[in-house]
Amino acid sequence: MSDKEKWESLIEKTLTKRPERKAEFINGSGITVKRLYDPEDTANIGYDENLSYPGMYPYTRGVQPTMYRGRLWTMRQYAGFATAEESNKRYKYLLNQGQTGLSVAFDLPTQIGYDSDHSLSEGEVGKVGVAIDSLKDMEILFDGIPLDKVSTSMTINSPASVLLAMYIAVAEKQGVTPDKLSGTIQNDILKEYIARGTYIFPTEESMRLITNIFEYCASNVPKWNTISISGYHIREAGSTAVQEVAFTLADGIAYVDAAIKAGLDIDEFAPRLSFFFNSHNDLLEEVAKFRAARKLWAKIMKERFGAKNPKSMMLRFHTQTGGSTLTAQQPDNNVVRVAVQTLAAVLGGTQSLHTNSRDEALALPSEDSVRIALRTQQIVAYESGVTETVDPLAGSYYVESLTTEIEKKAAEYIKKIDDLGGAAKAIERGFMQKEIQDSAYKYQKEIEKGERIVVGMNKFEIEESTPKGLLRVDPAVGEMQKQKLENLKAERDNKKVIDDLEALKKAASGDENLMPYIIEAVRSYATLGEICDVLRSVFGEYQQSVIL
Amino acid sequence: MNRPIRVLVAKPGLDGHDRGAKVVARALRDAGMEVIYTGLRQTPEQIAEAAIQEDVDCVALSVLSGAHNHLFPKIVNLLRDKGGDDILVVGGGVIPEEDIPGLKDAGIAAVFTPGTPTGIAIDFIKQNIKRA
Amino acid sequence: MFELDIKTGLLRGEKRAAARLITYLESESEDGIKIVKELYHLTGRSRIIGITGPPGAGKSTVTDKLAKHIRKTGKKVAIIAIDPTSPFSGGAILGDRIRMTDLSTDEGVFIRSMGTRGALGGLSKSVHGAVKVMDIMGYDYIFIETVGVGQSEIDIVKVADTVVMVMVPGLGDDIQAIKAGIMEIGDIFAVNKSDRDGAERTVTEIEMMLDLNDDDNYRPPVKNIIAINNIGIEELYKDIEDHHIYMKKTGKYEERRKKAIEEEILGIFKENLIGKVIKLQRSTDYVSVLIMEVYNKTKDTYSAAIELSDIINNKEG
Repeated sequence: MSDKEKWESLIEKTLTKRPERKAEFINGSGITVKRLYDPEDTANIGYDENLSYPGMYPYTRGVQPTMYRGRLWTMRQYAGFATAEESNKRYKYLLNQGQTGLSVAFDLPTQIGYDSDHSLSEGEVGKVGVAIDSLKDMEILFDGIPLDKVSTSMTINSPASVLLAMYIAVAEKQGVTPDKLSGTIQNDILKEYIARGTYIFPTEESMRLITNIFEYCASNVPKWNTISISGYHIREAGSTAVQEVAFTLADGIAYVDAAIKAGLDIDEFAPRLSFFFNSHNDLLEEVAKFRAARKLWAKIMKERFGAKNPKSMMLRFHTQTGGSTLTAQQPDNNVVRVAVQTLAAVLGGTQSLHTNSRDEALALPSEDSVRIALRTQQIVAYESGVTETVDPLAGSYYVESLTTEIEKKAAEYIKKIDDLGGAAKAIERGFMQKEIQDSAYKYQKEIEKGERIVVGMNKFEIEESTPKGLLRVDPAVGEMQKQKLENLKAERDNKKVIDDLEALKKAASGDENLMPYIIEAVRSYATLGEICDVLRSVFGEYQQSVIL
Repeated sequence: MNRPIRVLVAKPGLDGHDRGAKVVARALRDAGMEVIYTGLRQTPEQIAEAAIQEDVDCVALSVLSGAHNHLFPKIVNLLRDKGGDDILVVGGGVIPEEDIPGLKDAGIAAVFTPGTPTGIAIDFIKQNIKRA
Repeated sequence: MFELDIKTGLLRGEKRAAARLITYLESESEDGIKIVKELYHLTGRSRIIGITGPPGAGKSTVTDKLAKHIRKTGKKVAIIAIDPTSPFSGGAILGDRIRMTDLSTDEGVFIRSMGTRGALGGLSKSVHGAVKVMDIMGYDYIFIETVGVGQSEIDIVKVADTVVMVMVPGLGDDIQAIKAGIMEIGDIFAVNKSDRDGAERTVTEIEMMLDLNDDDNYRPPVKNIIAINNIGIEELYKDIEDHHIYMKKTGKYEERRKKAIEEEILGIFKENLIGKVIKLQRSTDYVSVLIMEVYNKTKDTYSAAIELSDIINNKEG
């Protein structure tokens, strides 16, 4: 009898005495988790072909050769609320507390291209992020923050071109030339259609704006990450880990296709593509997911698109811990969840990380809560030891099996999406949306049936009192912004604004790159709403369609 | 009542997070209700008008963007103006506990905060709709 | 709302009253039927347009664009949007309004979403009822939008004066899969999303099917449209008007209306009858006894049916 056979009979005996906790152990992506993984499971996973070395194709083990031994990930907390003045204060606080990069959250009107005085902005100004109506607000937002020293990530999609233009203009005023600027704009419209909802324009026109940005930055803002192809929101909307990888990479393929179609050279724009993933509680699945994503993307870029520049094949990503996993019940438990998710992201090799605060399910984070979230990253970085070596979980029979399994399943989804004609067409048909909704519904049912435990919510509950000290956004912010707009419009050269908007309109109706026109309009203090309205008049608006 | 309960599930304002609204819509359907789902970016006027035309028993509002204090009462008032006082209005989303009494005063019958099982919302609707 | 309120409200054009009345009719309330009886003489003025076709063809978008086009002429539009009821739970997700958001706040538009509510669920009654209400309210056009895959939906569409069948390229063998019955009732064919691959092939396939149906003087037009971009909508509207003119000129309009009335009367009759049987099943064991007798072979099914008919007639009094 081999050892394995001995073990199997041992298992039989054990099971009669103590059956396992569940009849089946299946993970969130529907993958069966075995009792034990051993060399047999990884026998066919050849090291050189499938793992190789960090910084080498297919980058399964990481995109940099020394990873965190050389430099820790960027600790980049997403922040922004109320006015530019308030947010500027929060940024300075976070930088002082040791954060290493800025991440700007904009309010919904800004994200959807409406000024604070638009009828649809009522009640929404400054609530989920900072309100930016014009360059003036942007100047206040970055007051005293040296844009040549700090890298900034801006979570902005449909009007990304405008906010990027404003950032460039602010830097100009600081005497910093665009070639010195480093940062990211999210600029990922496809996931807006799938899962996030802050779309403005229809698909083709949105792709034009995106490829305009790729092109403009390749020549003028070379250190800028022109897109953050996002899976975070897809996961938040309820997808599984496999779907998160698959749909994100499918979107990525669509953007690469669009850029190539627009005449751009792949090795020129691809190195500046970046990604944005979620980090959930199933630590080992998440680590496998990140590794699978890197491997899959590298293969796609090399084999499907023929990229030659190694930088084109490297999947660099930012991670945010999963907001939807945090509970309103017993919020302090969320600190622990975030710690697990931080480990997952770090063991998975993320380039930058945002950790959620414990009050996530209740409100925007208070200063204390966001500090704890930052400390979580710092403790993992400096105290846990996981940063001492690269890709420490590699070689684990389980993690390698899971990495291969996720890669395989994600590739199947990507093929399906290809068969539907690509990501944009698949979205039109509601393919991703339906998959996500089905997963979300299944998840909810599991929780309600008690098949899935959420500590403090459906098990280990307590009587709780109303949490105190939550952040509240002053409702007067809306009024303040409206007043600022009035003042701005009185002070600026309105004739120039009109001329610049006319020029933009003309260019939008043609084929030119719109960035220079937008930058000019922004310099004249045209408002975000005014610029977007011009684009709306030429491009039209996206029509939602929902399949439930 | 020899007809299904009709519920309008609506997302007022600019908030694009519809996972909860969609999960609730499905759960209501599985509980035998007819759910009119109007998608994202609904203005209060659109929601109130739809509620009247569809003659719903209940309007369920979902807001995660913090704009609930502004939007919810507005919708309740519009419903009243249009003769829809007999419509049950409930809400859900990211809504701090301390805002709930104010919302209730404004006419929201219940607020279902994160973590509320769908069964609770379903039972509440069944037990509190105003028409036979 | 009292009966008086509803009737008054209806005549004043109040949407709330109309909406309530439709609910009454959907739940087969006697009060509701009474009001319609009293106002029956006001019906017959609306043009009824059926919009049908496979899921995903874009029917709601087509309806939305047609309605907007008609609104420009000052006419009022009512829309009945039908979606399938779950046979398991009896519930439904009615999502057609999503594609008609702007119309919600248009004073001259009324949109009502309905579930099919099961095979015997009296869908015919509900739709007929809603049509009457909207007719009485004075809507110039009433669109009935449904999915052309079930028998009950085919019947609904027979209530319409003009049926637009919305197709979409790329659904492969769906043309063959769609029953011939549906192809026969299309008065106009619109191939939507015609910027997709296969639009030409779809048009050809439809034309071929139409070749097989030898209708006398009317050949249904087959048009390419892209509803979401408003392309082909004006032409589609023109086709609808042309069809109406043709129907009126040839007397087919009257013929069709009479056929619809016949269907409706028979439909109500059948539903009333089945309703009686169901009532019988619920309140007595007559039916279960009959079933037992047939199972035990003391009676055959034919005699059982006749006996059932007698029981029901006798219960009538």
